[in-house]
Amino acid sequence: MLKKLQSGIVKSQVWKSIFRVGIPTDNRKRAMAMLGNVALHLHPIKVKKSGLRMSYTWCMGGTSFFLFLVETITGLLLMFYYRPTVEYAFFDMVDLREVAAFGIMRELHRWGAHAMVITVWLHMFRVFMTGSYKPPREFNWNVGVVLLVLTLLLSFTGYLLPWDQLAIWAITVGSNMARATPLLGAEGPGAALLSIGGTKLIHVGSDARFALIAGRTIGGGTLIRFYVLHCVGIPLVAAWLMAVHFWRVRRDGGISGPM
Amino acid sequence: MDALKGFINFLAYPQWSFTLSLVGFAAIFWSKRLWSKTGGWLMLMAGTLFFGLSLLDPNFRKIVSKADNVPIVMMVFILGFFVWLSMNKAINNDRRLDSGEPTFEKSEVEDKVFTWPDLVFSEFICMVVLTVVLVVWSIALQAPLEEPANTSVAPNPSKAPWYFLGLQEMLVYFDPWMAGVVLPGLIVVGLMALPYLDTNPKGNGYYTFKERKAEILAFMFGFLVLWTELIVIGTFLRGPNWNFFGPYEFWDFNKIEPLVNVDLSELIWIKLFGYGLPGHWLPREIFGILLLGGYFFALPVLIAKRGIGKSWYEKMGPARYYIGISLMLTMMLLPLKMYCRWMFNLKYFVHIQEFFFNI
Repeated sequence: MLKKLQSGIVKSQVWKSIFRVGIPTDNRKRAMAMLGNVALHLHPIKVKKSGLRMSYTWCMGGTSFFLFLVETITGLLLMFYYRPTVEYAFFDMVDLREVAAFGIMRELHRWGAHAMVITVWLHMFRVFMTGSYKPPREFNWNVGVVLLVLTLLLSFTGYLLPWDQLAIWAITVGSNMARATPLLGAEGPGAALLSIGGTKLIHVGSDARFALIAGRTIGGGTLIRFYVLHCVGIPLVAAWLMAVHFWRVRRDGGISGPM
Repeated sequence: MDALKGFINFLAYPQWSFTLSLVGFAAIFWSKRLWSKTGGWLMLMAGTLFFGLSLLDPNFRKIVSKADNVPIVMMVFILGFFVWLSMNKAINNDRRLDSGEPTFEKSEVEDKVFTWPDLVFSEFICMVVLTVVLVVWSIALQAPLEEPANTSVAPNPSKAPWYFLGLQEMLVYFDPWMAGVVLPGLIVVGLMALPYLDTNPKGNGYYTFKERKAEILAFMFGFLVLWTELIVIGTFLRGPNWNFFGPYEFWDFNKIEPLVNVDLSELIWIKLFGYGLPGHWLPREIFGILLLGGYFFALPVLIAKRGIGKSWYEKMGPARYYIGISLMLTMMLLPLKMYCRWMFNLKYFVHIQEFFFNI
């Protein structure tokens, strides 16, 4: 009975139109399964056995990507509830914990973010220890470094959003650094050089910190700026660079291994 | 017990713990036994024992169990494991290379398997395990939420997000333009330049230590000692007013640390010459400028002249050598400044407040 039902479904036109290959049973179908699926076709059809070992790759690149997906999904759910304004932000946080169904979305998002910072570091460490940044993979290492910076910026911009004491003072400490940017910070070395006829071009209302936090102090302007960067700006750039990163892994000869 | 805790508190102070970690860092690359399975187990047990026993102390427990600090405790253990794993594999491969065998990776590299099912299934299992871990973690530990934001009440200490605490810790030794802008910028530049500076063709695609000693030592020094250790200090051992507190010390808001730091110019002009500080910044800071100028511009030339520096220069060529050595010297400026602070209470090598140019 069940067998009949199963074969009925598997042989139906609807099923066949979606899963064109079916469960692979021979090598040709194994190859077809990889080529025919948009998610799986990132992979080659065959991989080096040495590159498959967890003790070699530590699975840290894949874990970082998986955590990025977790952050995207939980972040999307959080966006349904969260309003990035000074009036609502903090209380939406409280509601997310106390009222919203599946009240662990914020926890998943925060712990996933911390974990992602760590896994990205470990991925870099593994790539370094196996010398996988060496030719022909120099460029992809560079893409990876930019992705590392973006991961930190994603986490940094997200840190402000709960709008509690922890958030604003952490961002205050972090963004105060921008005040001291050489040439472009009001208190940075060389900023005084950028003046025309005694009028300073770089002052607290025009320097790098002002651009970062949209004001002289952390406020509503900072919140909306960080929110947009956190939810749209940086993820878009990161997603694009991830596509380049994965593409280059393939183009540069697949997962690294001794030549 | 209290005497032991007091002793550990004392050893934790940056001048001692940093020195100990330098000695430890040198030692771990001398002893190959440490990277064996037995060595790994011993290190894990020692770490777990230290952590477990320390948890009995209320001050220690309070700081490591703060919700946002839990991931950092995990990171320390996880990082320790992966350092051990990579070195264990490297040492095993080195042994194979010594006896003329191919590396472990080489013995399998010709062997290709189908992505479906081998890779796809292990990815799937990884995702399931990670999902379970994240969900359990999220149920067990609530994300922190403090009082609503209040721009007029600054918490003491105010800390940046944990991954930037190494930079915040650098603020003890450098001004914000160095600790917050130039040095982090150069970390990124240095990482990006790495594949172009490293001309060693060996060790590509397999774990090895003996074929890439200098690279691995430099990278691990930056990553483990300067980056991670400063994060650990900044997270767990810096309390109110960014004062230092040992792991079992109570965070006393009234702890007072005397401000006794002096500039190099003051040491030379006042203490050494018994003169006053010159009014103009150029004669006042000339010694600091000469010192740093010599460090960054003369020292690389001298290093290239003899010994191992000469072989680097010949292997890398002038452009790669000078960029690489400048980045290395900039990195080493941090530990040098730390020791100058601890030994001579040095505040700045060069202190030109007129231009906010202080190093």
